Amino acid sequence: MATLFGINLFALSGQLLVGLINGSFYALLSLGLAIIFGLLKIINFAQGAMYMLGAFLAWMALQYFGINYWVALVLVPLAVGGFAILIERFLVRPIAKEDHLYSLLLTFGLALILQGLFTQLYGSSGLGYQIPAELKGGTKLPFMYLPNYRAWIIIASLVVCATTWWVIEKTKLGAYLRAGTENPQLMQGFGINVPLITTLTFGFGVALAGFAGVLAAPVYSVSPEMGSNILIVVFAIVVIGGMGSIGGAILTGLMMGIVEGLTKFFYPEASSTVIFLVMVIVLLLKPAGLFGKEA
Amino acid sequence: MNSSVMNPPGEERLQPAKSSTGEKIRIHDLHAYYGESHILHGIDMTIMQGELVTLLGRNGAGRSTTLKAIMNMVGRRTGKININGTDTIPLPAHKIAHLGVGYCPEERGIFSSLNVEENLMLPPDVRSDGMCVEEIYELFPNLAERRYSQGTRLSGGEQQMLAMARILRTGANILLLDEITEGLAPVIVQKLAQVLQMLKERGLTILLVEQNFRFAAPIADRHYVMEHGHIVEEVKQHELAAKTDLLNTYLGV
Repeated sequence: MATLFGINLFALSGQLLVGLINGSFYALLSLGLAIIFGLLKIINFAQGAMYMLGAFLAWMALQYFGINYWVALVLVPLAVGGFAILIERFLVRPIAKEDHLYSLLLTFGLALILQGLFTQLYGSSGLGYQIPAELKGGTKLPFMYLPNYRAWIIIASLVVCATTWWVIEKTKLGAYLRAGTENPQLMQGFGINVPLITTLTFGFGVALAGFAGVLAAPVYSVSPEMGSNILIVVFAIVVIGGMGSIGGAILTGLMMGIVEGLTKFFYPEASSTVIFLVMVIVLLLKPAGLFGKEA
Repeated sequence: MNSSVMNPPGEERLQPAKSSTGEKIRIHDLHAYYGESHILHGIDMTIMQGELVTLLGRNGAGRSTTLKAIMNMVGRRTGKININGTDTIPLPAHKIAHLGVGYCPEERGIFSSLNVEENLMLPPDVRSDGMCVEEIYELFPNLAERRYSQGTRLSGGEQQMLAMARILRTGANILLLDEITEGLAPVIVQKLAQVLQMLKERGLTILLVEQNFRFAAPIADRHYVMEHGHIVEEVKQHELAAKTDLLNTYLGV
């Protein structure tokens, strides 16, 4: 057994990998939250439920229609995003001028309804989803065995996050988004249809959660609670990273996954609380978050 | 419209542009509200193509609100606002610009999350014959030098130039400018006066909200004086001398 200073390198790298995978999901989910918060100024409490919905839709697509993983990976985010567009247009927008607390409560209610609906339909024990045949097996690395599907999660998440970052920070469309976040009224004055951009942004931010849900289906059990469990952690991550930054949301997501993995190795008892501990420390030292702008 | 008496050089080139006169903006009985407060009480004004018209008045007289009402940026509007003959009261805010309107808000509205060039390129073209980027950088060399700086790191004067440049690039030919000289050094105010003169010569139509009467007087064709949400006086360029006392009373200068 490979050891270094008495540390079991197999176990350590194994936990690091688990951390990186969790981090991939954290990054996707907190990125979606950050994008939505940026433009709509609402905290989407339904983001976890949409992640759960994504996983269930992938499962249902396979079960009832024989739609395979790869097709689901494209179709499900579109479906979840489309659902979100309807929610924005018909539920969120009518109360957009009210206190943002109302839309927060609305999304929270939606999350509870979705979670209740799926508990009613499928119970809470969780359903299995097969790893797609193309990604079965794994690769043997010097210190660890890397299952192919887990490598795929990390790559897919990084590619999607990096592309989203690039579009927002480096393209004209992204400039519209950033400017619309700052001064929507002036953007309207320049002739840009801000309500349309807002709706599409909400759809995209939620579609990211749907995408994460499909990615998660083969590794986590597909269950109605999967969303609410992860969302609490993701909120902590968003607080740590700071609401202001797209890149910050991605980096913090990955970082916190790794921190969690390392803690699981060195002091497993603290692994489920370490992120909240980091949150407390960050809030004390830098209230706007690691990447947030001071108000 | 007879502004030939006191106009500086450039007048000769100005006349042909005006020969194709048409109403660019016609406002009739415009009322505007923010929530419960009734800000504009029945405004009437007409601006012809190629004219530079100012809105004078004290703070709170409703001048900025008039511009915002034209842009559909106030809570509620009643009455009529025709731009290029199109009734714009039913139009959503994002359609107004596409009638050829460029709006420069009092707070300038430079985006801090965008650099200078991104700010410049941000507004979509509303007409095809806007100034190209080279032309703009030639007109405002400071912006060229600082094109990769964060927009809000510029000095006040540079930000104002950027805010102007931004709408000139889109090809807007009706400009609504709110207090563009406010708080700026005299040398920059002079530069802005030159720019407005140049735009006038190109036949652009300009509605200028201005506090600085000495800036506005030599370049404007007409002045509307506002008080408590009403237009209380219209002064043509050639009447300025005769109505100086009246203006002083209204403006308290």
